Amino acid sequence: MPLLEVNNLEVCFGLRSGAVKALRDVSFTLERGERLGVVGESGAGKSVLGFSIINLLSRPGQISSGSVHFEGNDLASLAPGELRSIRGNRISMIFQDPMMTLNPVLTIGVQMVECLLAHRKISKADAKRISLKKLQQVQIPSPEKRLDQYPHELSGGMRQRIVIAIGLLLDPDIIIADEPTTALDVTIQAEIMDLMLNLCEQNNVALILITHDLGVVSQVTQRMLVMYAGRIIEQGPTKEVINDAQHPYTQGLMNALPQMAIPGQKLNQIKGTMPPLQRIPKGCSFNPRCEYVMDVCKQKLPSFTESGNCQVACHMVAESKQDKLLVKEV
Amino acid sequence: MSEPTLNMEQPPTALQRFKASHFWHSFKIDRVAQLSFLIFLTYAVLAISASFIAPFDPYDASQIDIMNSEIPPSWQEEGEEGFLLGTDAQGRDMLSTILYGTRVSLMIGLCAVALQALLGIVIGLTAGYIGGRVDSFLMRIADIQLSFSTLMVAIIVLAVFQATFGTELYQQLAMIMLILVIGIAEWPQYARTIRASVLAEKKKEYVDAARVMGFGRLRIMFRHILPNTLSPILVISTVQIANAIISEASLSFLGLGMPVSQPSLGSLISSGFEYIFSGAWWITVIPGVVLIVLVLVMNLLGDWMRDVLNPKLYKG
Amino acid sequence: MIAFFVKRFFQAVVVMFVISLISFSIQDNLGDPLRELVGQAVSEEERQALREEMGLNDPFLVQYVRFAKKAVQGDLGDSYFFKKPAFEVIMKKLPATLELVFGATIIIILFSVPIGVYSAINPQSWFSKTVMGLSIVGISIPVFLTAIGLIYLFAIELNWLPSYGRGETSNVMGFWETGLLSADGLKHLILPSFTLASIMLPLFIRLIRAEMMEVLQSEYVKFAWAKGISPRRIYFVHALKNTMLPVITVGGVQIGTMVAYTILTETVFQWPGMGFLFLEAVNRVDTPLIVAYLIVVGAIFVVTNTLVDLIYGLVNPTVNLAGKK
Repeated sequence: MPLLEVNNLEVCFGLRSGAVKALRDVSFTLERGERLGVVGESGAGKSVLGFSIINLLSRPGQISSGSVHFEGNDLASLAPGELRSIRGNRISMIFQDPMMTLNPVLTIGVQMVECLLAHRKISKADAKRISLKKLQQVQIPSPEKRLDQYPHELSGGMRQRIVIAIGLLLDPDIIIADEPTTALDVTIQAEIMDLMLNLCEQNNVALILITHDLGVVSQVTQRMLVMYAGRIIEQGPTKEVINDAQHPYTQGLMNALPQMAIPGQKLNQIKGTMPPLQRIPKGCSFNPRCEYVMDVCKQKLPSFTESGNCQVACHMVAESKQDKLLVKEV
Repeated sequence: MSEPTLNMEQPPTALQRFKASHFWHSFKIDRVAQLSFLIFLTYAVLAISASFIAPFDPYDASQIDIMNSEIPPSWQEEGEEGFLLGTDAQGRDMLSTILYGTRVSLMIGLCAVALQALLGIVIGLTAGYIGGRVDSFLMRIADIQLSFSTLMVAIIVLAVFQATFGTELYQQLAMIMLILVIGIAEWPQYARTIRASVLAEKKKEYVDAARVMGFGRLRIMFRHILPNTLSPILVISTVQIANAIISEASLSFLGLGMPVSQPSLGSLISSGFEYIFSGAWWITVIPGVVLIVLVLVMNLLGDWMRDVLNPKLYKG
Repeated sequence: MIAFFVKRFFQAVVVMFVISLISFSIQDNLGDPLRELVGQAVSEEERQALREEMGLNDPFLVQYVRFAKKAVQGDLGDSYFFKKPAFEVIMKKLPATLELVFGATIIIILFSVPIGVYSAINPQSWFSKTVMGLSIVGISIPVFLTAIGLIYLFAIELNWLPSYGRGETSNVMGFWETGLLSADGLKHLILPSFTLASIMLPLFIRLIRAEMMEVLQSEYVKFAWAKGISPRRIYFVHALKNTMLPVITVGGVQIGTMVAYTILTETVFQWPGMGFLFLEAVNRVDTPLIVAYLIVVGAIFVVTNTLVDLIYGLVNPTVNLAGKK
């Protein structure tokens, strides 16, 4: 049984002018210790996916159907109290901007200790000791000093180390990291990313890495999901998706990478922009931007086609598979 | 319909644009806003036509008979047909006095806010557009001005004025003094918001474009920037009128506002206060209700507009 | 810490200087101290001699310095009406006003914080909607009408509470006449305090609600949820402290406003405080008393602003009291 199994997850934002679906029909699994990348443009639903796993959508968002099975419990329908015992304890999150993630009026120590005390019956002194140990693990200089400091006294990089330490505080099974380095200085991005990956590996923690950075995903994850307009359009082992992208959108993303371009030539950008969630076109949501668009794309939603170890939601890919099958039969 | 193509090419008229706007749309679906606006309109019409519809002229001493004093409203047992809402302690018809009083209150409110807006807009535009030292100087003054409560300043200024010039002269100038004091004390509300909007607008391209095209500073400020600050001005003004009316009523209640001979709603309430507990409640209660409803609809309209226009107001 | 006090002290001096200048010009222009002293039956020559002797013909600056020197020692001249030092007269009325402001502040804190927090946490509940509706009605009722309504209901119809005066007072520490120590005094305090509180209460409820709703949307509150800590801790430890920071700043300014509204409240309830005294002084053109009032009120402004800054600095760790940000 996989550690985490998401089935047909749908998330609605109930606005006055009718509900907007931010996620549709999202299904995937995560194994213990696995590293999964989630990529897509901003607004594709990556962050919503991260929050909906621990059922922490802010009003008016809510899970409208589907399930998130974690060790046999469906997190989408768990009572608030039980959900709370999983959040931060078994599944923890690392947010994007460390400048905003820590409460400005509470000391680092308070923010670490409260998390331990919420999940374990231990003394304050013990909680402090564990906090200190975790601060040492994230290689923060002079960790004993940090417990009594306030967030504004620390740099962005140090704050993100502390956020990571809080994420690892209770030795969780899964960490969901939502663009954990984008808000940081370029010079320390790699350092923080390495730190996080090492700690995950040492503690056998599964990682869901949400990012728009294909380079990072290709280097550090074992499997990846590509999202577009609230749906998964392609998923599979990272190497296969990167080296042999099937969906025109994924191909477009690859071609737009600077390292893929021939020097002196213009980067290939995907034409147009992603539609807002209120105005997603009929059929395949990528069809207005797709260079290979066919009539069926404008009519029917593509279902997943197996291609190697990958799954792709594209009519064109489905047809070419069909053709190959026909060729074989003949 | 014969020439549809021609219609298409014409730019939409102001009315058409207004009808298509978010503003009009949300007004159409908001019952509270409609009702508030209707009530405000009624007040305005009644105030403007007070001298035509009021059965008596409360400023005309010859129409007042002291023998008619303290007659209860006509629906009460001792009431008289001729005085629908009864009479006050001097024998004036309450209905007429309230109509005239509403006119005075509204006029002071509107004029004071117009003065605030004028000062605030000019100072805010100057500070925001010129920037630098001028900006920090003007905004420092605004901060200081705001840290003193308007009512406090008004009470002191009016009290000193009254003590210096004597009650008689004061009563003649009361309305102008009220407008000046309330108008001058509250300009920072506008200035800070306008300044913030100007700073935001200044960065936008059309202002650069206007400058490149060689338009002068004043022209850019008034023709290009000011129209874009309209929605915060509208929101502030509504609430400020409500505040100004309350301030005026409070000052009049203290005897520092409009004299009894030329009463506003506040001075009417004040003059009835002595009699309220001896049974003549209507002298205080009726103008009191009139005042509360007026201020309430202004506040409701202000709230509604803030929700709809959602301007970036300066957070104090 | 020392730098903070030096800075505040400097600001206080500037504010008091401006107030004293205004006060002095009022004194200089308002009424004729000579007439108050000797009456009309003195010849013009004698007047001139007296003027010269009293220094009334000296240049403005000389006169101001003399005024300021005396003012610093608490000597603001004698009240024309009471024939006693104006400062003394005001200080005798100060406790009544401060107790009124104190009562109103307690009421505001007691009601606005729980109501504001509750309606921020449950914005869709009928209670929150009712509170929001009532608060706008509350803002729209002038304070003197609130007072009249309360008097009518509680003093006349129900006859539960007294409608005017301070009731029984007792002396504490020799100079403080307090109404807080007797049941009668407290009863007298109820209606005026609620009246004074009624001005600020709707504003504070709305302010706390708005700030709290904003804080609840913040990333750090979301992160706190993701840590799995209890809702109570999130609302009252993580969110409330951040909510109160802007509320403290606004609150400090509003205390100044409240002092102004004591004039109205004290008038309606015939509360024997400074505001009531001030209005009487205005009607009697009792200049020294007016001046004394202005200076005392100015001092209250300065003290409350300093206190508010101090509290803000203690609550907000990102503010360094030395003035560095």
